[in-house]
Amino acid sequence: MRICAEKRGETLYISVSGELDEHNAARARMEADKLAENCVGKTVRAVFDLGSISFMDSTGIGFLIGRYKRFARFGIPMYVTNLNTTTDKILQMSGIYTIIPKI
Amino acid sequence: MKNYIKLELAALGENEGFARNAVAAFALSLNPSLNELSDIKTAVSEAVTNCIVHAYSHEKGKKIVIECEVERFDEGGELHIRITDFGVGIEDVERATMPFFTTLPEGERSGMGFTIMQTFMDDFCVESKMGEGTTVRMRKRIGCLPTQEELKACEKERVNA
Repeated sequence: MRICAEKRGETLYISVSGELDEHNAARARMEADKLAENCVGKTVRAVFDLGSISFMDSTGIGFLIGRYKRFARFGIPMYVTNLNTTTDKILQMSGIYTIIPKI
Repeated sequence: MKNYIKLELAALGENEGFARNAVAAFALSLNPSLNELSDIKTAVSEAVTNCIVHAYSHEKGKKIVIECEVERFDEGGELHIRITDFGVGIEDVERATMPFFTTLPEGERSGMGFTIMQTFMDDFCVESKMGEGTTVRMRKRIGCLPTQEELKACEKERVNA
């Protein structure tokens, strides 16, 4: 599991790669929050790129909602992009797209 | 003859990946599609995670037993999975399997584990006894031709879209 952040203009892209399950969720949370903290100034939107995720279960739902709540405190909307069939199926089922739209 | 495996593992987070990959590897003999394989891995991961996170209140002797069976037909086959823990048990199974129900919301847990198992597999049931443990049984048809009902549902979905 690896998390990288890149700022392009006013958009903060956070890409998650590898396996996101309960075992590595705590590390994923910590790393994502650390990267986000350094970049919240001048950020207008945050986009989570899930294109390189090789495995994700319902842990991903909790992970994304947790990050959404943190960004919401700064008034920054959050989006997800590059979903594969399974991640899309899981997120669709959870109804998460109403607060974190897919782009 | 039906093929069968039984795995016993410590209920530790680091075994989550091994457990789902081992079951997926066993299912390969049924020649599943990538999506079917992915569904199996996700459902197993949910069940095993439940055993690790919820089943045991004590540190000693935490274990999970995974049993799988494959049955081959002329057209495709079936995978049966049974995942058992010997932990605290679930007080109200019906409530626990409701979407978004979780006893541990503070850990950013979604409460969607059982819902995912139910949706990703063809059959799913939970048996639990307080103080004795919990067994999740799941069944998935692999590589079978769709039934008439499934074809009708697909057609309906296509028309609606």
